[in-house]
Formats: sequence, C-alpha cells, structure tokens
Amino acid sequence: MSTLNIINKSPFEKRTLDQCLKRIGEGDSVLLIEDAAICAVAGTAYAEQLIAASKQSKLYVLQPDLQARGFAEAALLDSMEQVDYEGFVNLVVTHDRVHSWL
Amino acid sequence: MEDDEYQEGGEIKKFLYVNRRLPHGTAYAIESLETVLIGAAFDQDVSMLFIDDGVYQLKKEQAPDCIDFKNFSKTYRALEMYDVEKLYVERESLEERGLTTDDLLVVVELIPGSEVKALVDQQDVILSF
Amino acid sequence: MKLAVLVNEGPYQHQASDSAYQFVMAALAAGHEVMRVFFYHDGVNNGTRLTTPPQDDRNIQKRWSALADEHKVDLVLCVAACQRRGIVDEEEMKRNGKDASNIAEGFRISGLGQLVEAGVEADRLVTFGD
Repeated sequence: MSTLNIINKSPFEKRTLDQCLKRIGEGDSVLLIEDAAICAVAGTAYAEQLIAASKQSKLYVLQPDLQARGFAEAALLDSMEQVDYEGFVNLVVTHDRVHSWL
Repeated sequence: MEDDEYQEGGEIKKFLYVNRRLPHGTAYAIESLETVLIGAAFDQDVSMLFIDDGVYQLKKEQAPDCIDFKNFSKTYRALEMYDVEKLYVERESLEERGLTTDDLLVVVELIPGSEVKALVDQQDVILSF
Repeated sequence: MKLAVLVNEGPYQHQASDSAYQFVMAALAAGHEVMRVFFYHDGVNNGTRLTTPPQDDRNIQKRWSALADEHKVDLVLCVAACQRRGIVDEEEMKRNGKDASNIAEGFRISGLGQLVEAGVEADRLVTFGD
C-alpha cells in the first residue's frame, strides 16, 4: 500500500516538508511541486533531511516547476528523480492514494 | 446528479479528512467540516485526523463571536450524530502546543505520530484543505 | 483510470489552479478519464466569466471553459463557497435576489456532495491547494 505525498510549499516558508517527512516511511513517495521544487536542488539546508528520507521513500520533483524557477540545469540531489506532468499522472495512478499536504 | 439523488448500495470507501490548520485565520477548518457533514449522507467509512495546528480546531472555549466569526466548534460534538466517530488526534501535535486531551471539546482517539502512516495506509481517499 | 481533481485556490493568486489544469491536460493526453474537477474555497473564483487578465498572460478561466467544451470535463463549483464569494448562476441569482449572474461557460454550481461523490467514484482524487 503506497501513498504519493505531494508538497507544494518551500520548506523555508512553511514547515510542510518536515511535517510530512516525519509521518511517512517505507513504500511512500514524495513529489515536490510548485514552490517546493526548490528543495530538490543540491546544497540547500534541507538536503540532509531529504537524503535521509530517500532511504525509505522515493523522491520526485516536477521538472517544469524547477525550470520555471531557474533551476532547469541545476544539480539536484542524487536521490531526486525529475518527472514532467505525464510522469506526475503516472505517479498518481501507480500509487494507491494521494495525500496533498496543504 | 444532485446530492439527494445519490444511489445507496455501492462501494464503501475509507475517507480520511486531514486537518492541519488553526480555525478562523483561514476558512479551511470550517469548510472541511462542512464537507464531512455533507459527505455523511454518502455512508462512507469516514475518519478525521487532526495533526499539527489542526488540533486547535478541537480546542474548548473558542469564542470567535468577539471577532464577529461564527462559532462552529460545537459542530464537532455533533459529528457523532452523522456517524462520524473516528476522530484521531496526534499526541505529539498536542504536546508541542502545550495541550492535552483535557483541552479538547470532544473525545478523540489519541495516536502517536508513528501510527499516522498506518492510519493513512488504510484509506482509499484522502481529503485535505 | 478514472481521476478526479479538487482545486482549493483561486486563479492567479496561487499556482494551484494552473497545476491542476496542467495535470488534467496530461491525464487526458495519457488516455485517462477526468470525471470531475471540483472547485472549493477560493477555487470557485476560477468560475467567473468577468476576468480580464492581461493579453500577454494565460487566461485561466477561458482555459477551464475550453476544457469543459473540448473534453467534456465536468467543472463543478461548490454552491456554499460560491455564495460566500459571489459566483452566481441564473438559478442562484433568482434564489438569492441578486441582480446579476457571472458564471463562466462550462462550469456548474452544485453541492459538496459532488466532491464526495467524485471521491467515491473516481479511482484517484488529487487535491491542489495552498
């Protein structure tokens, strides 16, 4: 049973990322969209926390949201997989449920 | 199809309403509650989860009339009448806010943060506002 | 799969309605059915026909109306949220004694039951919000 967790806020603005990561685990996935996309980039203060989460959960970032914010060519965290909107749809259908952390 | 024409006897799904925000600063709390009440007519298996600032929605002694707001907090006590009886509150969310279950206006099931995933994993549909 | 989408925020102020639209378009392109897009909270503001966005910017409301027209996606605005925010169709106009209606083409106003029904009938429900 797997949950796709969607986060859309920058962790520098809201604590959503932290609040999500501490309640998920094995088999769950996290998709970063909208402003949350920026923490997919290597070298932020949240890198360590995301790398730790990646040991149990798959991490994804919506590439158009990275590109929109000037990070199309940026080095991302190793554990981060980029998806486009087609990939986003695919994540939704291949997980059992979707939890948008708002 | 209008609401009152909904056909009974179909599949029953597990719905989890996740509440993470304080009441009154935004409309999410009251509008989430309205969805739960209307949704009760669909006879699904409903649970409500209050975590992070969502625990404040259940705080006793709310008196928002002083800011000209409707006091909808007593509606949480009426949920039982709508067969919505599974109200889960995360223990850590209460503790880090200096609250206990004595501060809440309804009886809830207190769960540790470590059990939130297990609760979520049982659900078919998660609604967050 | 049969998908449903919930949009909790209004146009332009939050990216939510854009993300929802792009998601719906990708889902349809992949051959999935999008049975309903339900608009709640400020999301109902996606359904007014009175917007005049700048010519060089995307027209969010027209985009939704085109989606309804071309792909027959059911766009539902929550009646209670509409009443609070002044999104009005002919019926609501008469019922509540308003002097105008402003609902955009392709949208319909209905109850929260339509959201719950979407949750029951769809295989997946995805929420876009703040």
